[in-house]
Amino acid sequence: MNEFLQFLGEPIAQRSLWACAVIGFANGFVSALVVLRRSSLQIGTISCALLPGIALAILLFGLVQMSIIIGAVLAGLMVGLGSLFISRTGKADHDTALSILHTTAFALGYIILIRLGLQQKVDDWLFGNIMSMGNADLWIAWSIGAIAVLSITVLQRPLLIYLFDPRAAAAMGIPARAFSYGIFALIILVLVSSLQAVGAFLTLGLLVAPAATMYLLTDRASLMFWGGGLIGALGSVLAFFLSYPLGWHLGATIILVLGIIFLLAWVFSPKYGLLRHRR
Amino acid sequence: MVDEHDHICWGGGHHHHGGHTLAVHGLSASYGDIEALRELSFSAACGRTLALIGPNGAGKSTLLNLLAGLIRPSSGQILWNNAPLHLTRHEIAFMPQRSEVDWQFPITVRELVEMGRYPAVGLWKSLRHHDRDIVDKALHALNLTELQDRQIGALSGGQQQRAFLARALAQEAHILLLDEPFTGLDVPGTESLAELLRALAAEGRLVIASHHDLSTAAHIFDYTLLLNRQSIAYGPTARVLTEENLLTAFGKRNITTTA
Repeated sequence: MNEFLQFLGEPIAQRSLWACAVIGFANGFVSALVVLRRSSLQIGTISCALLPGIALAILLFGLVQMSIIIGAVLAGLMVGLGSLFISRTGKADHDTALSILHTTAFALGYIILIRLGLQQKVDDWLFGNIMSMGNADLWIAWSIGAIAVLSITVLQRPLLIYLFDPRAAAAMGIPARAFSYGIFALIILVLVSSLQAVGAFLTLGLLVAPAATMYLLTDRASLMFWGGGLIGALGSVLAFFLSYPLGWHLGATIILVLGIIFLLAWVFSPKYGLLRHRR
Repeated sequence: MVDEHDHICWGGGHHHHGGHTLAVHGLSASYGDIEALRELSFSAACGRTLALIGPNGAGKSTLLNLLAGLIRPSSGQILWNNAPLHLTRHEIAFMPQRSEVDWQFPITVRELVEMGRYPAVGLWKSLRHHDRDIVDKALHALNLTELQDRQIGALSGGQQQRAFLARALAQEAHILLLDEPFTGLDVPGTESLAELLRALAAEGRLVIASHHDLSTAAHIFDYTLLLNRQSIAYGPTARVLTEENLLTAFGKRNITTTA
């Protein structure tokens, strides 16, 4: 225990704790968009495509901080637009095209990263390494979180109309196409911020579980944003305090905790839980 | 039927001369190389219920989308009281097909109806007393006051339709666009929705709906636009749905009922 307290005094521990809270909150906040749009699977393929995106960006621009952001955008475009293109021009449907495209891209990215001699880094990108986050990374996470909270809060009213009923929204003059691109961009940004924390494989959990939990607890879409943010932040912070004493990988612990919170809501939610009729 | 020059027009004290009229002139639309609608013209005054009837792919949805401003015409004009319709977006309310709606969406009946106030309230302003009044009235008019805190998935089919109509009322829209509202309703459900639409029209709204059931059309709608990529016939429903017109619109095979 003493050792843990001592560890908490270290700057690296405090940075990680802040990172957990900020990244957990931002992801939880934005996860409402993913859940309300029912696009978890699509986001899953994009998050897995982050790795090949980064590999390509490193191949093109070298190993710099910007490579991760550029790579994430590349990944989104490759998989998002590529699968649309394939499904529109051929016989395969969109899901099929997405699955093939993102696994193929993933395989290619893996080969590139190994050939570049970045085996060490690959693990971090796949599963995350919060302890390796520097102050600059923390600032990026802060900014992305702030952008997400601000833009969603300001646009919440038209955003909910758009998410619920895109055609009526467009009829009311809400710019549906701009909203759809905006949501996509925001999700990519948040994926970037969580990549270092939980990695490309696990980031999907952080970007779905918090709002999915709220979805089981409330009938108000507006509560899903702040509630999701709160669950994301608290879950991540709790995971931080669990992972050190237990010696568990922090990124994986965050996803595990959020998964357990979701399962608890699934069983015990007063309104939609499995046990609701037994009381 | 209400005479164009002598109707009581509902809708927040809009003064008008000669009735509110929707006029479509030479409207064409295409998706890429495919022409969806050609040179469509008709005009309809508020107070009417108008059915859009035609085979699949005849352009019913395209016309609804054009009226709602979801797509742009390749040529032609849509005028509302002699001014382009897109200038008065708040005058149009759109009601999606039931199958398009995510009924699990975490939203209550009241929140759904409050969405209708968006064009009037905008991004920032919170709902005022006046807005809440309008929402209350819309809920009351459609008999949803008791159900206002329910999640929309916990309603019956008919109640769900009414919740969307209440949103249109709250929007204070003059023109109601409905995409296949009668699909999936049983006979009593059809009857009560028909009554409701007639009542909404009688209060001075223009109700326009795509419709596929020829056997109920004459009973529900007083006007019909029969179309197949272009206008086949337009006028009072009974006069439009003649065997000859239906043959032109649908071809021989599809006619099982005539009005």
